[in-house]
Amino acid sequence: MNLHEYQARELLKRYGIPVPDANVADTPEQARSIAQRLGGKVVIKAQVHTGGRGKAGGVKLAATADEAFAHASKILGMTIKGLTVHKVLVAPATDIASESYVGIIVDRGSQRPVLMVSAAGGIDIEEVAAQTPEKIHRLPIDPRYGLLDHQALGLGFTLFRDAAQARAAADVMKKLAVAFYGVGASLAEINPLVTTPVGEVLALDAKIVIDDNELDRRPDIAALRDASAEAPSEVQARAAGLTFIKLEGSVGCCVNGAGLAMATMDLVKYYGGEPANFLDIGGSSNPQKVVNALNIITGDPSVKAILFNIFGGITRGDDVANGIVQATREVPLKVPIVIRLTGTNQAEGVKILKAAGFPALTDMDEAVKQAVARAKGQAA
Amino acid sequence: MSVFINKDTRLVVQGITGRDGSFHSKLMLAYGTQIVAGVTPGKGGQTFEGKVPVCNTVAQAVAATRANASVIYVPAPFAASATFEAVDAALPLVVCITEGVPVLDMTKVLPFVNERGARLIGPNCPGLISPGQSNVGIIPGNICKPGKIGVVSRSGTLTYEIIHQLSTNGYGQSTCVGIGGDPLIGTNFIHCLEAFEKDPETVAVVMIGEIGGTDEQQAAALVQAKMKKPVIGFIAGQTAPPGRRMGHAGAIISGSSGTAAEKMQAFARAGISVMKRPADVVPLLKERL
Repeated sequence: MNLHEYQARELLKRYGIPVPDANVADTPEQARSIAQRLGGKVVIKAQVHTGGRGKAGGVKLAATADEAFAHASKILGMTIKGLTVHKVLVAPATDIASESYVGIIVDRGSQRPVLMVSAAGGIDIEEVAAQTPEKIHRLPIDPRYGLLDHQALGLGFTLFRDAAQARAAADVMKKLAVAFYGVGASLAEINPLVTTPVGEVLALDAKIVIDDNELDRRPDIAALRDASAEAPSEVQARAAGLTFIKLEGSVGCCVNGAGLAMATMDLVKYYGGEPANFLDIGGSSNPQKVVNALNIITGDPSVKAILFNIFGGITRGDDVANGIVQATREVPLKVPIVIRLTGTNQAEGVKILKAAGFPALTDMDEAVKQAVARAKGQAA
Repeated sequence: MSVFINKDTRLVVQGITGRDGSFHSKLMLAYGTQIVAGVTPGKGGQTFEGKVPVCNTVAQAVAATRANASVIYVPAPFAASATFEAVDAALPLVVCITEGVPVLDMTKVLPFVNERGARLIGPNCPGLISPGQSNVGIIPGNICKPGKIGVVSRSGTLTYEIIHQLSTNGYGQSTCVGIGGDPLIGTNFIHCLEAFEKDPETVAVVMIGEIGGTDEQQAAALVQAKMKKPVIGFIAGQTAPPGRRMGHAGAIISGSSGTAAEKMQAFARAGISVMKRPADVVPLLKERL
């Protein structure tokens, strides 16, 4: 789960990381009063889950509270990469002497969280990694001991010659490492970590991604989810216990298991079609799950044909068949459907489908070929 | 005849009285797996299906039955704890089926497992089966056939699909291992490939990967450097939109974006026959054997 910048800043503050005083606004009036309270120049930043906010006009400097009102009026409601801006952060415009990067991510290779630090901060860290990888220092953190003092200080000195600043940066790193485990993050970044002309070290912008598997045991973090920042179909799918990702094609896919779902999308493409979505109905699916899945797929007007690919393991063929029959009884289909059903309770499933007038296939390639043809308006 | 498990595997089921644990324990028993004990704290002294003793702790189960492997079906919040317990009881093989285990839990579990020399398979995996000998996990036994092909995969149902293609075309399996789809897992492709290379009864290996990470690239390097047996490979997610599941920052460390194309190229360079679709597995095996 992605957090907004203002949420990430609040969490960092809770762990003692120095973050400039700022506030979030839903209306231009609120933005004005926050700017008045802060005094002086402020920056207005769109709160959406995407990079490139500045380039899209979602980040503006304001010299006065009235200017803050004017910028907030424009930014609130604007669309950045398909996402509508509902909130803006109003923060003091900090004078910057230097910009660094400090981030932690779980690394598959070392099987640990890895701290990454670079004096080349402020800009896109992926670009730094691609152009000048030697400018990024990496350190795997042993979860038994956490980030040790000398490790943090050593990295602090890669950022700053000044001992006080190096110590301040090391302190930020140690607190970030504690926060990483504390909030259940899979990514936590401060970019930039700045120094001011008077020598303070401050976290100006933050990004935190939470491991979805942590949310059940962290209700306070789960409550930070902003459903308005996600595609409605994906929100609906999550509520129904399905994994759904909307794509651009015309073949609506409903599959059990993520690997098979990806392989099915690949096969759609292999036979000249384009998948409309990734949809994994998961294991042990009851008929209601299939009904929900079918409703989400048919809600997409670009879907011209529907493909079910079910390999029964825990998922039972008769459950899936009952779900399809039930869903199409409630809302009759306007597009053709191709069903492939193999594995556990295959015979029972096929029988249920045939009784309701649906043909069922057992071969994956044959089913995908037919679905692609039907999506193109050809007879199967 | 097999890797990691065989007809002598003496299994403890952690969470045997739970919904998933009891369901799959019945299937494993029906398959012929030797389940010597179950563990559910507070239910010690009961009997499962009239024959399997239930213990309060794994240590008790091991002391009473000389068990040598465990399979875990407990809910995600307790999966890390169950894994610590199994490894602490000196079991050399622990298979964690549970889905949804927090990744940060695994950063603590894995050093514990590795320092004690145990083998963890999973989490979030379908387990493993040596057809005709032992089934540990949730892979449907009826789609497998005893034989000489080793199968290793990050996926669940996609693995069943490919096993099904193998079995219906006369290629039985020595062992099928589902290593799990999570970012941090106990046993990886390389460990399975090494085991299959050593196993005298395995003649070829089918490896099923996915987008994300660089485990497949490491596997390819191992195949090129050390393996004499033919390997057939598949990567799911050739059409997956970039950036949806894995953060780009992950790529900063590995120096790779983890795309299917990149992995398929690594396979091809290492002499692995690359499937474009699951149905290619049989013709490619015929070519290599």
